[in-house]
Amino acid sequence: MYYIDPHIHMVSRTTDDYETLAKMGCVAISEPAFWAGFDRGSVDGFRDYFHQLTEVEPKRAAAYGIQHFTWLCINAKEAENVSLSRDVLKIIPEFLDCPNVLGIGEIGLNKNTPNEATIFQEHMQLAVEHDQQVLIHTPHLEDKYQGTRMILDMLADHTSMERTRILVDHVEEHTVRHVLDAGYWAGITLYPVSKCTPARAVDIIERAGKEGSRRLCVNSAGDWGPSKPTAVPDLILEMRRRGHSESFIRKIVFDNPRTFFRQSKHFDLLDPATRNEG
Amino acid sequence: MNAEEILDREYLQIRASILDIAAALDRQDRADGSVEDNRRRELLQRGIAILATDSADRVAQVQLLFSREYDPNWREV
Repeated sequence: MYYIDPHIHMVSRTTDDYETLAKMGCVAISEPAFWAGFDRGSVDGFRDYFHQLTEVEPKRAAAYGIQHFTWLCINAKEAENVSLSRDVLKIIPEFLDCPNVLGIGEIGLNKNTPNEATIFQEHMQLAVEHDQQVLIHTPHLEDKYQGTRMILDMLADHTSMERTRILVDHVEEHTVRHVLDAGYWAGITLYPVSKCTPARAVDIIERAGKEGSRRLCVNSAGDWGPSKPTAVPDLILEMRRRGHSESFIRKIVFDNPRTFFRQSKHFDLLDPATRNEG
Repeated sequence: MNAEEILDREYLQIRASILDIAAALDRQDRADGSVEDNRRRELLQRGIAILATDSADRVAQVQLLFSREYDPNWREV
């Protein structure tokens, strides 16, 4: 089955992983800007990173028939440094016209601090000013519930942006309903340690029902930590084992992310069934 | 799948998970020192108690147990 991984950090993965993803049916990925595992010391570090996301990774992905899309920001962890964050915010517009940029992300909260909230709001303002979609990271573990509720409070300030152009990621059992009921898209992240297993993700999808799962996506968030870039195929297998129809599985892993991404002017997905014909 | 089929499929996995938790608690109790008054140990005990209830939403209850509290007036704090 063809699928899209809407959140995976390929700068942290090997070329072998691109090959494996292609063999598993992955036809497109979107890669939000994130924390590199260390705090970068200058705005030039981010400029280089944005070049990597907009120039280098699309070529690596294309070598395996995968379309690469990306989102730009300074992540929530480094947003604690307000001065550096504002310098990074100033350079983001330089990259917004790159052909694989879908919007601003993954912005959000990490430890739910006032500085993080300030920079989140400034990213939102940037997105509004440049008519960009937004992809949002919610905190992990004990900070998730509080942070998700704070993010929803802040999003409510931005009435000029349609809620269907915003995806709130890493939802779990105690946060998914808040996000969907408020009218946003929700992302479930499959991750072996701190997030959700494929079985729990399918539980969330089943409990959301056909209507609720219209705005649900599933991703691997494969990165430099313990993670599994082929987690979405694991979810496909789990759904099949539970007897879900192929059309419903395809809706979750292909149609839904495509519907969300299509709201960006740069999302031009080739039809995987016919892309090499004629 | 019906309930019987789900139980058949997941019985051994759940059994193994329970054994892992039992062994981890035994390991703490066997080690030098004590975690009797440790808040995290207390949270684990309360989480285990939630599993023994008849609630249909145990997973969300456990998630909230391990979550920091949300204050709707957080901007004013």
